[in-house]
Amino acid sequence: MAITDIKEFAHLTEEDMEAFGRELDAVRRDIEDSRGEKDAAYIRRTIRLQRCLELGGRIVLLGSKYRPAWLAGTALLSVAKIIENMELGHNVMHGQWDWMNDPEIHSVSWEWDQTGPSEQWKRAHNYSHHTYTNIVGMDDDIGFGILRMTRDEPWKPINLIQPLANVLLAATFEWGIALHDLDSQKELDGEQQKRFWDSPSNRAFVRKIGRQVGKDFVLFPALTGPAWKSTLTANATANLVRNLWAYAVIFCGHFPDGAEKFTMGQFETETRAEWYLRQMLGSANFEAGKVMAFMSGNLCYQIEHHMFPDLPSNRYQEISEKVHALCEKYDLPYTTGSLGKQYLLALRTIHKLSLPDSWLRATSDDAPETSSERKFRTGDAPVVHALRIDPLTGKRRGLRSAIAEARVSLRNAKKEAKRQARAQRDRVKSLTA
Amino acid sequence: MDLKRWLEAPAANVSAPKRPRLNMLRGAITRITTPLLPDDYLHLANPLWSARELRGRVVDVKKETATAVTLVIQPGWGFNFDYQPGQYIGIGLHLGGRWHWRSYSLTSAPNWDEKLISITVKAMPEGFLSSHLVGGVPQGTIVRLAAPKGNFALPTPPPEKILFITAGSGITPIISMLRTLDRHGDMPDTVHIHSAPTEDELMFGDELTAIAEGHPQFTSHVQLTRSDGKFALASLDKFYPDWRERETWACGPSALLEEIERVWKHEGIDDKLHLERFEIARADTSGKGGKVTFSKSDRSVDVDGATSLLEAGENLGVQMPFGCRMGICQTCVVPLTAGHVIDLRSGKEHGEGDRIQTCISAAAGDCTLEL
Ligand code: FES
Repeated sequence: MAITDIKEFAHLTEEDMEAFGRELDAVRRDIEDSRGEKDAAYIRRTIRLQRCLELGGRIVLLGSKYRPAWLAGTALLSVAKIIENMELGHNVMHGQWDWMNDPEIHSVSWEWDQTGPSEQWKRAHNYSHHTYTNIVGMDDDIGFGILRMTRDEPWKPINLIQPLANVLLAATFEWGIALHDLDSQKELDGEQQKRFWDSPSNRAFVRKIGRQVGKDFVLFPALTGPAWKSTLTANATANLVRNLWAYAVIFCGHFPDGAEKFTMGQFETETRAEWYLRQMLGSANFEAGKVMAFMSGNLCYQIEHHMFPDLPSNRYQEISEKVHALCEKYDLPYTTGSLGKQYLLALRTIHKLSLPDSWLRATSDDAPETSSERKFRTGDAPVVHALRIDPLTGKRRGLRSAIAEARVSLRNAKKEAKRQARAQRDRVKSLTA
Repeated sequence: MDLKRWLEAPAANVSAPKRPRLNMLRGAITRITTPLLPDDYLHLANPLWSARELRGRVVDVKKETATAVTLVIQPGWGFNFDYQPGQYIGIGLHLGGRWHWRSYSLTSAPNWDEKLISITVKAMPEGFLSSHLVGGVPQGTIVRLAAPKGNFALPTPPPEKILFITAGSGITPIISMLRTLDRHGDMPDTVHIHSAPTEDELMFGDELTAIAEGHPQFTSHVQLTRSDGKFALASLDKFYPDWRERETWACGPSALLEEIERVWKHEGIDDKLHLERFEIARADTSGKGGKVTFSKSDRSVDVDGATSLLEAGENLGVQMPFGCRMGICQTCVVPLTAGHVIDLRSGKEHGEGDRIQTCISAAAGDCTLEL
């Protein structure tokens, strides 16, 4: 079973935990107090850039009959759509720019270039996902209801097609999200099974889809006249590119090894400090330069985003340094790696968990994608809560050291087992000889 | 017909009073810019080209006194110049990354030819925005505007006999009325009593003299209170014995307006009286404030008993509906889902289930707004 007591899991005492929470509150306050002209200029610049890229792409695509123009236009449009989704839509709707008091850049009024209506996405994402982050059974973003991403969930035969479902989800990511959001909206609103058109959520959904599909797949191709076919493929390609990229970023932020899962028990008694810690242990970063960070909507700082979902994205880099330092101080793991590595880890989980549990070796107390405080317990006794200090370095020894130790002892145990097996074999050999 | 409506739909709630065609085009283009509006692209080229909201450019900044300036603003698309003299507009200014809003009376006369409006701002010791405006707004600054509003306005045609009583920056809506009457050339029998502390602090002094010279039926009575003392309402009988027959507009500090209200009521002529209050008297609340929760946005904050819920919400980044910001227009009304608030002007309490004006209400204990 996933983590039920985060304090024990993190090797923190009550006081440590509170101090940790206070330090994070201070990080938030610092950023809130220093938001200003520079940040506002950043988001306005981003908006201008996105509009220009999109406009440019549309214009170049007028000549999409010619291959170079098709390529250039599609590329421009793809980049524009990516920025629109990641750095603008996602972040604005999180309320990251609400402090500007600007009605045009505000979570209440922003509508994004995706099939699902903003309103429904905000309910599912900002509310459900960000409140119940990684709580098995509550956070539907764990696998989006399609994939089995943790062995805390029971295996079903349908999971066998998971590798295929994954490819499909990646390619049609915006549709997957849209349907997922529609479901959560209905669930949250307690909408009973009505006739399709009687449901306001359905109506909003269809209206949005109509506009989106109409624009990309009917109007723009029609406007280019004889070159309609190439414009259609260009638009479809740009949407596909955006889908794949958004999918990759999300998966790298949530499903690499080390992104922990939690139980409802943990949630029910959670303090503010524990909330921070859950967000931190439940998310994963990937290493990115300036450009890649921008293109991912700064979600390469997924950990920081989950701890401070409504602070401006352009400050996440700065926040990450502080969070990193806190991880050092409290000896907590900071899950990160290259984009490729993080994605491969997620991919491994997808494939592995398509198989029934009897084929898997680890348990949900100690698996790459989920673990619990029980993995550190000897017998039934809880992990020691007193502070452990390394006598050599004078540093605290907490979760990160414990994980490392566990890994070492696992490796040693394996080695030992192998050695014994070899010895046994040798003995048998010498006996038979 | 339906096609027309379909085309216009995306731009339906945009004010473009004189250009219905333009709105249709805008609506049609919206179909390809969706989910954006054409404006989102247009104001890349020119920030004034927005019909989604009113904008304006500051084209001139004139010093009126040491502490007051007039901003001449050229509004962008969709501004309706048919406002009534005496009305106010909302103005939003970008400062330190945030938009700050206040309302000011228009001091210009309505005018479709010049396509300019003006407001006159006096620096208030505690007014963050007003001191900034007076301290210096560069020419060319883009501001946001909220459409002209307010019932404190001069009707057309104007009444035959008028009395204006103003003090300090209370003159601003009246100067718009005077300029309008002056421009149309049909000045009724008008008396204007205006109080300012000193000659230096008198706004529009020369203009008042000029109007009086041009129109014998206009009397300008300027009272410099530091040297002449306060204008006593009791002396009205002596100076302007027919004051009871006059349709009266008064604007100035609360104390003055309260006195006027009392006298007019006492005389039984309060149906002839129009008042405009600029300041919200905030001093006399005993409340200590409380924790305000904005339920839909899932945010909350502790505030004192003098901060309006509107400001509290805006500081948190909640998008609060607003108009005049002084308790007149009812744009800011939202349901109070829990707790109590206090009306900063009247001291009246409101409880759960009431719809309250956030701009003039403060927390009286913990409360929750549906926003
Ligand atoms: S904003 Fe006009 S009444 Fe509150």
